[in-house]
Parts: sequence; C-alpha cells; structure tokens
Amino acid sequence: MNRIVNKQYLSENVVRMEIEAPLIARSRKPGNFIILRIGEKGERIPLTIADSDITNGTISIIVQNVGVSSKKLCTLEIGDEVTDLVGPLGKPTNVHKVGTILAMGGGVGIAPLFPIVKAFKQAGNRVVTVLAARSKDLLILEDEMREWSDEVVVMTDDGSYGEKGLITAGAERVIQNEKIDECIAIGPAVMMKFAAMLTKKYEIPTQASLNSIMVDGTGMCGACRVTVGGKTKFTCIDGPEFNAHEIDFDEMLMRLQAYVKEEKDAQAEQQ
Amino acid sequence: MTVNTDYLKEQRGQEWRVELRKKIKNKDRLTIERVKMPEMDPMERIKYQDKEVNLGLTLDAAMREASRCMDCANPTCIEGCPVSINIPKFVKNIERGEILDAASTLKETSALPAVCGRVCPQEKQCEARCFYVEKMKKDPVAIGYLERFAADYERESGSMSIPNVEDANGVKVATIGSGPAALSFAGDMVKLGYDVTVFEALHEIGGVLKYGIPEFRLPNSIVDVELDNLRKMGVKFETNFVVGRTASVEDLEEQGFKAFFVGSGAGLPRFMNIPGENYNGIMSSNEYLTRVNLMNAADDSYDTPVLKGKNVAVIGGGNTAMDSVRTAKRLGAERAMIIYRRSLEEMPARVEEVKHAMEEGIEFINLHNPVEYFANENGRVNKMKVQRMELGEPDASGRRRPVALDEYVELDVDLVVVAVGVSPNPLIPSCMPDLEVSRWGTIEVNEDKMQTSIPQLFAGGDIVRGGATVILAMGDGRKAAESMHGFLKEKYNL
Repeated sequence: MNRIVNKQYLSENVVRMEIEAPLIARSRKPGNFIILRIGEKGERIPLTIADSDITNGTISIIVQNVGVSSKKLCTLEIGDEVTDLVGPLGKPTNVHKVGTILAMGGGVGIAPLFPIVKAFKQAGNRVVTVLAARSKDLLILEDEMREWSDEVVVMTDDGSYGEKGLITAGAERVIQNEKIDECIAIGPAVMMKFAAMLTKKYEIPTQASLNSIMVDGTGMCGACRVTVGGKTKFTCIDGPEFNAHEIDFDEMLMRLQAYVKEEKDAQAEQQ
Repeated sequence: MTVNTDYLKEQRGQEWRVELRKKIKNKDRLTIERVKMPEMDPMERIKYQDKEVNLGLTLDAAMREASRCMDCANPTCIEGCPVSINIPKFVKNIERGEILDAASTLKETSALPAVCGRVCPQEKQCEARCFYVEKMKKDPVAIGYLERFAADYERESGSMSIPNVEDANGVKVATIGSGPAALSFAGDMVKLGYDVTVFEALHEIGGVLKYGIPEFRLPNSIVDVELDNLRKMGVKFETNFVVGRTASVEDLEEQGFKAFFVGSGAGLPRFMNIPGENYNGIMSSNEYLTRVNLMNAADDSYDTPVLKGKNVAVIGGGNTAMDSVRTAKRLGAERAMIIYRRSLEEMPARVEEVKHAMEEGIEFINLHNPVEYFANENGRVNKMKVQRMELGEPDASGRRRPVALDEYVELDVDLVVVAVGVSPNPLIPSCMPDLEVSRWGTIEVNEDKMQTSIPQLFAGGDIVRGGATVILAMGDGRKAAESMHGFLKEKYNL
C-alpha cells in the first residue's frame, strides 16, 4: 500500500514523489489534497495532489523539506511505503470555460497550481501563468507549466532567471496587456495577500488556495479555520479554495504561526 | 429494541438461577450496601494522562454487589438499556462466580462491553430502572461497574469467547465510519452471517472512542481488544478510506456491497462566533482531544504538537468539556476552568465526571458565558471576557434558560477549548444528493428502522441524533442491523 514508485528532486529542497494510490488517482480532481502520515508516531500533514496517473494508479505530490514531517517524508526512497494516505479531500477547483485565466504561483505553491492550470487549459481557456521563486534554483515545474500554458512569465527575487521582481509586478503587466476573466493564486500566504490586493484593484474574480494547519482534514477538528467574508470557514471541507478578495489573510498568517515554537523545539530535537 | 420476553423467562427459569434466588433471602439482599468504585487518588492521577481513574472491582466486591440483585421477574433494567443486555443473567452469573459466562452474556447483545462498562451513563439508563431505585428508593445495583468487571475479567483471563457467528451468507454490507454505532451494527451483522466491511476515514478504527474519550476514562488498548474480537468474528476493517471521496457508494455497489450503514458521527465542531475566537490558543474540543488522544501529542516522541496552557478555560458543561478540562489539568495547567452558562444542576455531563473533575481541582465558573477573546502581539490568546448569567424560565430542553446580565468579568487565559457541541459532518450528505437531511444537517431516518430516503442506506448515531452518547449510538446500530437484515432477506430471498 502507498508505495513510492518515483522520487525526483525538483530543487535542492523540493521533492516530487509518485505514490501508488489507485483509488485516489481515479477519484481525485484538480484542487483536491491528501493527508499522509509517516511512521506510527508521525503527524497528519496535508499535501495537494500535483498530478495523477490513472493507468499506473499513482498520484504525485510535491513537498518542500521544511519541517519535521516533510523531512521524514523526503528521506523515504523508491520502494518505501507511506504509513497512511487518505484522500482525495477538499472541494475540487471549479474548472470551467471563462476565457482567459491568469494563474499565479509562488515558490512551492506552483505545485498545487499545476493541476489547476492543466485543467483550465483542457477546458478550453487561454491560460497565462506567472511563476515566482526566490532564485532560479528554486523554480519548479517550469517545463510542465509551459506545456499547459499559452504564456509563461517568470519572476525571481534576485533576478537570477526571468525578470527580477515580485510576482505582482509580472501579473500586473499581464493584466494591463490583456483582458483577464479570472485569476487563481497559490503560494505563500503573504504572496496571496498581495496578489488578491492587486486583482481586487482591477476587479478580477480571484481564487486562492490555502495551506492551513490541519489534523484530520475531514471537518472534524477546526484547526484549519479561516475567516472568509466575515464568516469562519474550514479550509478542509469548505475549501481549500476561497474567494481571495474575502479572505482575512492577516488572520491566516497569524494562525500559521500557532505551532512555530513547538515545531522549532521538535526540529532541535531531531538534530 | 424489542425485548424477547419469552427468552428472558426461559433463561430466568433455569435451575441455577432458581437455586441462586433461594440462596439468599431478598430481605438480606436489601441490607447490602452498594459497592464503591475504587479510584486512583486525585492528586496522584492528575500527573498521568494515561492512567485510569476508576480501578475496577475485585472479584469479592463484584460477587457481593451482584448478590444485591433480586433477579426480578420483570427486569425493568433491561428496558433502560439501549442494546437490551440481559442484565439479570449476567449479574447472576457474577454472583455465582461464573464470570466468563457473565462476559459472554454481555456479548450476546453488546459489541463493546468493556467500553460501555466505562462510559455509559448507567445512572440514567439501566440503573435508573433498577428495582432498588423504582420500588425501594435505594441505591441501584451497580450494573455499570459489574459490566466493566465482567468484561475486564474475561480480557485478563486470556480466554476471550468469540460469539457464535451464523454460516456466511455471502452478502456484502458496509459501514461508513467506525465509531460505536458502526461497530455495534457490524457486530450484529457479522453474527447474522453477513460479510461486513468497516470503512474509516482516519488511520485508526474506533471513531470517538479513540479520538475523543481520553485514556484516563477509556484506554485505547481496551478499545483495541474489542476491535480484535470483532475482527475474529470476521469483520473487515479499511482505514484511510473516505466513502464518497476515495470511492463513491456507487463504486462500492459495483464491488458487490448490497447495503450500507452510515455512522459517520457528528464530527463538525461548533464555535460561538464571538470576537477573537480565531486567535491562536483557542481550539475546539475535537482538535484538543484528537491531538492528545489519537495523535499522542502529549508524548514528546510523537510528532504532533499540542499547545499547553497555564490558565486553561474550557467552554461548556458536557462530558466532552469535562474530558478536555481534565486533560488540560493533566498536561500541567495551574488553573483549569469550566466556563458554563447555566448552573451545576443543568450540566449535561455525567455526575461521575463532574465529581472526578471537582476532586482534581477543576474550577467551575458557572453562570458565565464568553463574549470576547483578546490576544498578545503574536496572536496568542491572553484574556477573555465573560458575561454573568442568571437562570430564567425553563426552555424547550426543560432546563432553566440562562439570561444574560449586564455584568462582565475578565479572566487571564492562555488556552481555551471550546466544547459547546458538534454538528453533523456534512461529508457524506454532500456526496449524496438524494439523501434527505434535516435543516440541521442530520440524516433523516424512519425511526423504527433507521432507514434513510435511499432504501439500501441505513444510518444511526450522531449523524442522525446530532450529538448523543456512545450507548444510544450503539442502540441505533443494533436497530439498523435488525431492520437491514429484514430488508435484505426480503430483497434477496436469504
């Protein structure tokens, strides 16, 4: 069960894994995520499904080696098994034909954005994708994105590749050049906050996909709550995508810090 | 559940029962005092999250307690039991020292006797209907303690009996969820010869028995033994499987499943929607208890973290609130407080839980209701404002309605656990548009049969009741099994 059949480093700290999960491969839709657990003492962590292969019965996940659990996951090799894997969870993206889509992906957020870009393209939309990373080495999935986008703009913080600047600079130029019907933004919470402010200025409907802290992922615990349009929502069952113009990103940023101390202590212990 | 009176009469007429009744005069039985449950010392037990408070009866104490039972001709206690355990039969077996027979009597109708013996509100069920209470105004026979004793004795004896299972009929049925309702259903169906698979979304079987009820009240190892028993009877378990997502009910029907029991629980925590409720350090009781009970967060060798607090406020007055506040105390809280908007009398928690909490130094701030939370510069809660309440006229629940006064108090808190109830988990209904649900999101069933608007789909437990007890869920599971059996017999000529 849940055997890893492929493993590839996309950058120094970002790993792509293909895992056997035939039922999930068949039933998942763009925007869905899974929860997995490594070892009997592991925690449950949510990860977006980046792609799936129905014939081989596998799903792909992309993970950044940042915390205790992602580190454990990244040490697994081809042939190893993931202890627990459940999904697909969350509401799928509302993929439809609207015209032109602007897709904004920052950092490892490019991974969850990929299946959505692919689905919007397959639905007959023109897709313009803006990707951002701190530097060239950290940019992932560029080729795959180019394959499914009509146009790709790359921004890097240090100018080591593409254009130097923030994602919003690249996106704003796209918006000024052509009529954009809908946007989707996935990346660090700060990036999504500024992306939402930008598209609000131009009144373009925008979805953002949130990476809240979760435990069960099925609506049971409420750890993933987020304020959207003044109301509390659960990212796991009401999301993970919400109207970006209504998300309280400041609260979300604060809530992502809830376990920073505990995580640091755990990492210190691991070393 | 219908009680088979002929069966009860026949059992009561057995020679050993007749003899046992003659052995002690009823007048003498009446003079025996009700046994007290030995408990771990409060100041000692709050040091351990995983040590049971109730220590269980000795064999002598259990036999003596069992001898109080009159073995009534009309055992009203059974009517008080949602799963209709043959109470006099198991109690009398204890009296004569045949404890293993007592345990197998329990298993005739209950899939989880060691669990029920610990968490059932017997004082409101079987024990409330005991002859001693109804006719003599005396303390009832300690049926709950005896149930636990028999189940524990059997487990520790190493010779667990497996209930008889009828010949396999080859018909596949499934449960959605693996809590008490589903397990009780699974136990009954497998006895009838069905091929039963239990589908569970989490990585562990047991539902609320595992993620909700703490170790100090119900050790997970006890639940595991009961699960093992079901496994030996032939029940199959599939974890990490969300019916409706991983595969749909239609997919499962294609694989040959003929009928389903939905026992997915009331797994959606309610919040109060007051200012500041999303600050860090404020969480649902589901989250708090899941981290500690299911994910072992209190043990540093496990990866899942849990926030610890010096001043912990738990909002609510039910069993879940008691479980949360007592957990907080065990995880080192200096002040562990219950904030409840009514008074002690209206509290829905079991009397035993409130008593245990008080012994452990839990503060009860009754007649107060939170209105706002405040946080430090990092967004971590550090203060809460509570409003004083008084009791007005009784409301629909029969309890006196809390009325807000214009008086407020501020409390320093660094952890708040919200235990004000749960709503039905919308996952299953949202995947099945033809399934009729109430406006509260509970699944509508025909009450005698527990059958939903989709004929091959039955439901029970909190997904139907919206928040009740383990034993009521188990009763639903039994009822659903009985009527699903009737439905399948007719449909497939079994």
